[in-house]
Amino acid sequence: MSILVNKDTRLLCQGITGRAGAFHTKGCLEYGTQVVGGVTPGKGGKTVEGLPVFDTVCEAVEKEGANATMIFVPAAFTADAILEAVDAGIEVVVAITEGVPVVDMVHVYATVRRQNVTLIGPNCPGLITPDECKIGIMPGYIHKKGPVGLMSRSGTLTYEAVWQLTNLGLGQSTCVGLGGDPIVGTSFIDLLRQFEADPETEAILMMGEIGGTAEEEAAAFVKEHVSKPVAAFIAGRTAPPGKRMGHAGAIISGGKGTAAEKVAALEAAGIEIAESPADMGAAVQRAIAKRS
Amino acid sequence: MKIHEFQAKQLLRQAGVAVLEGHVAKTAEEAGAAYDALGGAIAVVKAQIHAGGRGKGTILEHPQQHGVQLVKSRQEAEDVAGRLLGGTLVTIQTGPAGHTVRQVFVEAGCDIARELYLGIVIDRAASQPVLMVSSEGGVEIEKVAAETPELIFKEHFDPHVGLQSFQVRKLCWKLGITGKSVRSAEKFMRTLCKLFVQQDCSLVEINPLVVTGAGEIVALDAKMTFDDNALFRHQDLLELRDLTEEDPAEVRAGKADLSFVKLEGNIGCLVNGAGLAMSTMDIIKLHGGQPANFLDVGGGAQTEQVTEAFRILLSDPNVRAVLVNIFGGIMQCTTIANAVLAAYKTVGFNVPLVVRLEGTEVAEGRKILAESGVDIITAEGLTDAAKKVVAAAG
Repeated sequence: MSILVNKDTRLLCQGITGRAGAFHTKGCLEYGTQVVGGVTPGKGGKTVEGLPVFDTVCEAVEKEGANATMIFVPAAFTADAILEAVDAGIEVVVAITEGVPVVDMVHVYATVRRQNVTLIGPNCPGLITPDECKIGIMPGYIHKKGPVGLMSRSGTLTYEAVWQLTNLGLGQSTCVGLGGDPIVGTSFIDLLRQFEADPETEAILMMGEIGGTAEEEAAAFVKEHVSKPVAAFIAGRTAPPGKRMGHAGAIISGGKGTAAEKVAALEAAGIEIAESPADMGAAVQRAIAKRS
Repeated sequence: MKIHEFQAKQLLRQAGVAVLEGHVAKTAEEAGAAYDALGGAIAVVKAQIHAGGRGKGTILEHPQQHGVQLVKSRQEAEDVAGRLLGGTLVTIQTGPAGHTVRQVFVEAGCDIARELYLGIVIDRAASQPVLMVSSEGGVEIEKVAAETPELIFKEHFDPHVGLQSFQVRKLCWKLGITGKSVRSAEKFMRTLCKLFVQQDCSLVEINPLVVTGAGEIVALDAKMTFDDNALFRHQDLLELRDLTEEDPAEVRAGKADLSFVKLEGNIGCLVNGAGLAMSTMDIIKLHGGQPANFLDVGGGAQTEQVTEAFRILLSDPNVRAVLVNIFGGIMQCTTIANAVLAAYKTVGFNVPLVVRLEGTEVAEGRKILAESGVDIITAEGLTDAAKKVVAAAG
């Protein structure tokens, strides 16, 4: 078991004829993901990496039985691509694209929440169930199958954490990059619920950052509903207020969204805190040791 | 992207939101003419900078002069404008260095019966825009939120449906707005919410929002910030950008597609990925150092980008050492090591450089650096890197 994706997942790439789409489709194929085709409007009938390209997601679902998609289309067309995938009945939609306008996501989010679909991203590295299915841009080899469920608002920082876990001999059940935008399809709480229910996941590592209140909400949820050990790291303790730190969502505004507030909320919920980014893997070990 | 008050008011006026008449001036003479054009009664001269707290802020060169002042004659308008223009306005939001005032807005006075607060933002928790109003106008809303949150009233709205009339009536009831002012508020608030969506704003703030003696609702101040991600569909807004209000290094970084934020410390950082870049700042601080910047070089980390990033870091006279922290995922460490070496040689380093590489082909990458003969301090692991760069910075 794992969450969201596994060896049976049949993946599609929207924007497969673009440079990034083609490159990462190859990466996913090499990892062993069942990539079944791609979609680029107007390029139907071509092939990329030996895979069929379709004009619409609808056709790809009908002909190839796709049930997941990763989106690499430009930001201006991402909302349309997500909604197309949802309309076609795709179950897991992963939007890698960075720079999607927030107002577009308000509309997309409302639609996604009305349907039985999981949207990961936008502005995210994707998700991976080690040895089974990689969807996105993360380096596959740093992962190792195992008991830790990982969720994060970041990209390279997630690789850093995965690498620490793997080097400590702690493998991962599923690693999910939620995305660095103010509005993303899936929250920490959505994943906490799934990790808690997944028998293969024995501990959870959560990596948050400044901006918004997603970490505080997750802390409250952990306190009430999560029985498994949880560790957390918050990036941006030294970030100044009012400045966007790379991610559109990583900004302290109106004095809210500071790392200190988040750490306090997480600690109050009994979550093991990694004080340093070098301490993320060890924090998971400590969280597990406390429970046993 | 931020714009000036006078620009925001132009957008409000065009959209049909009630604002007062006013004119922008770049010299004292122009300010005097603007005063006369307003009819020669009471006017307000307001410094135009991209920061709040102007009314309480003062001019460094003329400590008695505040950033916003009421004037009653042409001479007074010219005198105030003379002190503001070219002066350095320091407010609680500018930091001690302040901002240079390059233009003033001369606006008609107004008969104020009540001062309220209005703001529109994206509520991330609800994933929807939200209109917030408060009976406590003219003061910082953060203060109201902390001390008397019961005086802030909120209404969420769907961007495509817009704010509904009943929502305005509800807010008016809570604010104690009655009679014909309710109709004025309805036009004001609904139009403003529509503008927020149309222009892809990330913030609209009217503080204070005024009820005049005649019962009209008018915007006395206006602050608008736009979603950078949506600027591609608002070419007209791009013309309103004032680069003199932005940090020159940040503007330069933006051109090179680098995400950069200037900080006060002395350790320059070059990192791939926003989360790792923030964490790198944090770990420097944890080991007793002070980061000079946030810099995310992106996923690519090409030689040209690394070169430009180094130039930007080294242009800061405070920088005593530089840390490169790269987790090579898709990109191989060998490629990154070569890019760093090439950039190092091009730029001409005058401070110690610490490089920490991790990820794909890391052993080969480190070997390239070690055998290059270049004076680079290599580090293994985040903690080692932080300790070495803090020591190098002295």
